Amino acid sequence: MSTPVLELRGVGKRFGQVVAVTGVDLTLDKGEFISFLGPSGSGKTTTLTMVAGLQKPTEGSILLNGQDVVPLPPYRRNIGVVFQHYALFPHMTVAANIAFPLQMRKVPRAEAGQRVEAALKLVGLPGFADRLPSQLSGGQQQRVALARALVYEPPLLLMDEPLGALDKNLRAQMQIEIARLHRDLGITVLYVTHDQEEALVMSDRIAVFNHGQIEQIGRPQALYERPATPFVAGFLGDSTFLAGRVQTLADEKAVVQTAHGALRGHAATGLRVGDAAIVAVRPERVALLGADDAPRDNTVQGRVSDVIYLGQSRKYVVRLEDGAELLGLQPVGAAGVALSEGAEVRVGWTATDCNVLPAG
Amino acid sequence: MAVVFAVPVGALLMRSASDPVWGLQNFRSLWEEPVYASLIRNTVQISLATTIGCILLAYPFAHVMATQPRLTRLLTLVVLIPFWSSILVRSFAWMVLLQNNGIINESLLWLGVIGQPLELIFNRTGVLIGMVHVLLPFVVFPLYGSIRAMDPALMPAAACLGAGPVRAFLRVQLPLTLPGLATGAVLVFVMALGFFITPALLGGRRDAVIARMIQLQVSQLGDWGMAATLSLVLLVATLLLLGATQLLVRSPARRVTE
Amino acid sequence: MTAARLWRWAAWVLTAVIAVYLVAPMAIVVIISFSDSALLNFPPPGLSLRWYRSLADTPAWRDAILVSLEIMVITAAIATALGTAAAIGLASWRGPLAVAVRSLLMAPLVVPHIISGAAIFLLFDSWGWVGSMHALVFGHTALALPYVVATVGAALETYDRRLDQAALTLGASPRVAFLRITLPLISPGILAGLLFAAMLSFDELIVSLFLSTPQLRTVTVLMWSNVFGDINPEISAIATVILLVSMTLLALQWVLSRRRGQSVMPGLGR
Repeated sequence: MSTPVLELRGVGKRFGQVVAVTGVDLTLDKGEFISFLGPSGSGKTTTLTMVAGLQKPTEGSILLNGQDVVPLPPYRRNIGVVFQHYALFPHMTVAANIAFPLQMRKVPRAEAGQRVEAALKLVGLPGFADRLPSQLSGGQQQRVALARALVYEPPLLLMDEPLGALDKNLRAQMQIEIARLHRDLGITVLYVTHDQEEALVMSDRIAVFNHGQIEQIGRPQALYERPATPFVAGFLGDSTFLAGRVQTLADEKAVVQTAHGALRGHAATGLRVGDAAIVAVRPERVALLGADDAPRDNTVQGRVSDVIYLGQSRKYVVRLEDGAELLGLQPVGAAGVALSEGAEVRVGWTATDCNVLPAG
Repeated sequence: MAVVFAVPVGALLMRSASDPVWGLQNFRSLWEEPVYASLIRNTVQISLATTIGCILLAYPFAHVMATQPRLTRLLTLVVLIPFWSSILVRSFAWMVLLQNNGIINESLLWLGVIGQPLELIFNRTGVLIGMVHVLLPFVVFPLYGSIRAMDPALMPAAACLGAGPVRAFLRVQLPLTLPGLATGAVLVFVMALGFFITPALLGGRRDAVIARMIQLQVSQLGDWGMAATLSLVLLVATLLLLGATQLLVRSPARRVTE
Repeated sequence: MTAARLWRWAAWVLTAVIAVYLVAPMAIVVIISFSDSALLNFPPPGLSLRWYRSLADTPAWRDAILVSLEIMVITAAIATALGTAAAIGLASWRGPLAVAVRSLLMAPLVVPHIISGAAIFLLFDSWGWVGSMHALVFGHTALALPYVVATVGAALETYDRRLDQAALTLGASPRVAFLRITLPLISPGILAGLLFAAMLSFDELIVSLFLSTPQLRTVTVLMWSNVFGDINPEISAIATVILLVSMTLLALQWVLSRRRGQSVMPGLGR
């Protein structure tokens, strides 16, 4: 078992009374792409800056290839960092920017020249060597920043919301490029973003941050299908949340008493009988039940209050008896019960398709 | 820095109460002797007149500078060149222009506007002309900023609402640009109080200013006590006025109710 | 013509008049310096360089110009070095002590020039330094320092600190990051401060007046004493020389500020 590239043990950061990050434990293996996902202020960027060495943790340790780097200043950690606003040196050409880290490492001129060329080719900007950052578009600047961080082949690449300043199309394009680079070079990446779609698309694993802590960490699919907390369920994709109390608990399945009857779902870890709980189900997992459809594990009744046409699908909202709203998603052209506003409907889903989470 | 500046200034100011003997007699002289009374009166009058002159001239200039983008660069240059020139040179220039056979008198005589040369130098008029020339940029710059910052749609809006150009100016533009104008005006006044070169070159006997007296006291009369006293008064006035502007800048904008 | 048009026209005319008012005096002084008559008539009856030749032939003027230039260079150098260091030191410093230091450094801007002059004279007189080079340099430096601190401070304000962070992550030690990244990027501010300080020193009269003696005086002091006597185009000529120096420094400033944003190209390695 090889040493993980990055290991965070109980890392925390406090600013006076304010706790920015606490109890972060993480192991990153070679070639992994992990995203730190969360809203602003959740501590993900702070954690990244601590790994980079731009801030010191108030507790915990950070190990790079098995070596404790906390006492090391950033210029000795040999990590690649790509900043949100690129941080290209405006008074240097593209080539000079990319050559800078090589100069710091006393790489001879001729070799540096070749490596800069190679880096430019890698990010798709051959021939841009003599331009100034001010002459480049946002996307091009981002690529130069990437080239600069990769040219010295660091064991770890940190990216702090690098695509945040780009427009939607460009962002999508850059996501593919970054994913490709990751695959081709086999680099280990720690990527910070607040865009859940971005995290889902690019990552091997996602760590969801909230209030300075990691709420859940795991593969995208696991996080999506089995969120551990309502926050994770709500942050990644849409969900309907129904409140209740845990009645029975067996084999990872829970029965929850709610205002809409007993609902069954997969129990998250840490739940006990009698706990307040939240039943979470994704819109695409619920279906409208016709008169002669068999009842599902979970069935509720209500009135359709909104139908929104999205092209490929229709989003609809069903208002339940106690005023709670259930979100549903129906592909356009699917057979089944027709959607019309104001109609009284029965909606159902299976127990495996829904999660019972601690109300915490 | 402390050594070269603060300490000497402090030492000087102390002399006001310590020279020639300890006591407040210097201040009493200042208060009682008519020489000093007229000195202070002169200085304040000159400063006030200069400030008013600057305001009157700066407004149209700054207005055109702010509202005619094609002219902005040119006018900025026109203001900057004298601004960066030595005050000595500028005051000397006015000596040349304002003398009895200087260009101004010559032109006016030639045009037949006057019968004999006007006395434009070594009197209050000359001093004011010179001082306004030097201090004008200090009002133009903040005023320009204020006018630029004003929403360009406000004056047309006032016109549509029925306000003639004068009313619109008085009720809309003037109040909104008052901060810039006030900043410049106070700055000019404060600087004029301490002015030395221009009044000395262009003024007559009745235009002695505090700064000139300080210089004479130090270099020629050797009366350090009085020099220090005058300096103290000048410095206190300067700091008070500048401090007052800072406070005004911070005070909440008064709402104009109808 | 509507009232609005009338007012606008009046504003234009007034502006033109004021523009002339602002610029004409200096232009006239310059032109008169080339007059071939000993009277200050404008327009001059004929043009000649006699006054400049006369300046060049008079040791008093020559010496004064050299003294002024020497003081200017030294003052500019010292004020820029100290001011830049101070601005950098103050940049990340907060708290009441920082405010006090900053106020102290900027004090010469607020204190009336005449008071500064008298005070500095008082100090140097007691040390016996009046009429010495170092007194004049000290005095000029004290006056110029706030301007350098202000211009360099302004450059630092707009400087993006994240560039420092990026440099650190790329392997640059703080010292290297400062020399290769920060300094080049604030150099326009430093240069502006330098030229400012030079201009201030050369044009300075009040402090110089107190500290000069017939053996050692600046060109402004010499001009001042001459102005109280008989004025003739020779003084115009010296005024033009003084103007020339300031305008040259100003032009340099302007040219350099236009070229801001041009890259320093270390290429690949030095």
